Amino acid sequence: MRGMAGKTLYDKIWDAHLVAEQDGEAILYIDLHLIHEVTTPQAFAGLRANRRKVRRPDRTLAVADHNIPTEGQGLGVGAVADEEARLQLASLERNVADNGIEFFPMGDIRNGIVHVVGPEQGRTQPGMTIVCGDSHTSTHGAFGALAHGIGTSEVEHVLATQTLRQKKARNLRVMIEGTPAPGIGAKDFALAVIGEIGTAGGTGYVIEYTGDTVRALSMEGRMTLCNLTIEGGARAGLVAPDETTFDYLRGKPSAPKGGAWDIALSSWKALFSDPDAVFDREVRIDASAIAPLVTWGTSPEDVIPVTGVAPSPEAFPNPDKRAAVVRALEYMGLEAGQPIASAKVDVVFIGSCTNSRIEDLRTAADIVRGRTVAPGVRAMVVPGSGLVKAQAEEEGLDEIFRAAGFDWREPGCSMCLGMNPDRLAPGERCASTSNRNFEGRQGRGGRTHLMSPAMAAAAALAGRIADVRDYLR
Amino acid sequence: MKAFTRLDARAAPLPMANIDTDQIIPKQFLKTVEREGLSRGLFYDLRFDGDGGPRPDFVLNRPEYAGAGVLVTGDNFGCGSSREHAPWALMDFGITCVIASSFADIFDTNCFQNGLLPVVLKPEEVQALMGECLGGNHMVSVDLEAQTVTSPSGKVFAFEIDGSRKTKMLNGLDAIGETLSAAADIDAWEAGRALTHPWLERAG
Repeated sequence: MRGMAGKTLYDKIWDAHLVAEQDGEAILYIDLHLIHEVTTPQAFAGLRANRRKVRRPDRTLAVADHNIPTEGQGLGVGAVADEEARLQLASLERNVADNGIEFFPMGDIRNGIVHVVGPEQGRTQPGMTIVCGDSHTSTHGAFGALAHGIGTSEVEHVLATQTLRQKKARNLRVMIEGTPAPGIGAKDFALAVIGEIGTAGGTGYVIEYTGDTVRALSMEGRMTLCNLTIEGGARAGLVAPDETTFDYLRGKPSAPKGGAWDIALSSWKALFSDPDAVFDREVRIDASAIAPLVTWGTSPEDVIPVTGVAPSPEAFPNPDKRAAVVRALEYMGLEAGQPIASAKVDVVFIGSCTNSRIEDLRTAADIVRGRTVAPGVRAMVVPGSGLVKAQAEEEGLDEIFRAAGFDWREPGCSMCLGMNPDRLAPGERCASTSNRNFEGRQGRGGRTHLMSPAMAAAAALAGRIADVRDYLR
Repeated sequence: MKAFTRLDARAAPLPMANIDTDQIIPKQFLKTVEREGLSRGLFYDLRFDGDGGPRPDFVLNRPEYAGAGVLVTGDNFGCGSSREHAPWALMDFGITCVIASSFADIFDTNCFQNGLLPVVLKPEEVQALMGECLGGNHMVSVDLEAQTVTSPSGKVFAFEIDGSRKTKMLNGLDAIGETLSAAADIDAWEAGRALTHPWLERAG
């Protein structure tokens, strides 16, 4: 009797934003709409063609992140060498100006990757509905907000109506419990979940992450966990807000202040799944059993411990998967049975909306401090925002990275998707803190191994995929 | 949005699972500010070699599949990025129906915004259809009203589709126009929200 049971956190946020129902579809109110240069030009063009206006510019925030270069940002958009990227950036500038939308342009210290900026500005808040034309919008679920990616037509719909037409998803609870070993963190938990449920395992669900291991995570860690939700097929992931959430938000530029904070706080404290809430599916992960994880193949579900070996196609009963494994091994330049820690890396990328926040950089810097990047390895750190970069520089992290031989870049999405000049050459192998190891994702023919910032730092030092536990202090 | 009612077209088999949107349209084609012209980037790394020459063995480069309007493919098609450029590229190429055993969520939604019909059949039905399309006859019929796919040999497969999505596809309805017909509801809801969540109302 579903109607009698308690509500999940997802149910509560859904119910609180239900404006109307039309033809069996819910019209859901959207509290915050984040926009960027790549997935919005056609949406604004659609508004213009239909003589429609942006309904709530004050609930919309724009950044430039996907295609911007990670050097020379202070020179402005006019200096961007790539003509198409320059036109797309100029188009965003025109669209936000025409519609009165707040915008942090390239070079502004508040600019950066959209999923880093929203939280650090305090625009992302518990209980909100948040959308963006980017699949990693799931990141914001770390605050107990219902947040997911949408396509450009839906961007246009939200701009015009401040709502989204939705079908309700099912509830999936992922319980992560146990004390992880040193060197193992949120990225490993997230990869463990994807390895467990598969890349399509969460399709049609909203995931709520619970358990003592999740409670013990910082907001940065929770963002990493929720960020990777989409790689398991679920559009949105949630963590119920708690003192960690409130402490993070307190004092952020757009967080409520004074009496408004108290009102907001009492509302946020009601955001949890009722004890008798029924989930359609549950998955348990034992964090104490997790070794540092890496991907060996071309799907985020291709997860193995760093002590493991590239799999043999014969190990997979499903013929489609077997064929995919054969193809992935060939693409990745790996032999079945080869220890993954023997794979030499050419490039190390620390960055992306998954792992470019201050805690990620601190963790990596702690491994790197006083050590040197292996000869022949191109290693780069791309902070998630201008504010993260400034904070890291204040703490001297940039000096640690530079002294070791890392390139210290300006913020942006960068090599996570290689829309800007930061790309892999064909055949190059990359230890990457990003979120997708798809064929060609970081550059045509590029070979991506996903891992945590600490693991990527260890790979830079070793010149091959390495076990971070050998580098802990 | 273009309406989709019925399609009689060649079906191209692409027997791979988990084809992600980076494969459907790689990043270098996302810098456009237009919806049109994206067919040049469709399946770029699969269609073309490192020098930009067509790979003759790729299904959409084979003359017998020229002008294909239907793609038959593996599980979890369209996973990854939310880029709507993926359905735009497929449609620009002339493909207005994709048949698979499952679709990734955001891609699926994006298809319905554009009049590209994603049809879910059972895995064994997709296998059977794929097998037939690999043979000499590749003509299939997709009838949205009847919710059926007819294979080259005449086998009929029924598929499920959400009722509201079906109506929109059949009529090519504009979702924004429909939602704006509920503008009074949105106004009222917003006014109530301003009272219960005053801290979300940002000063001008």
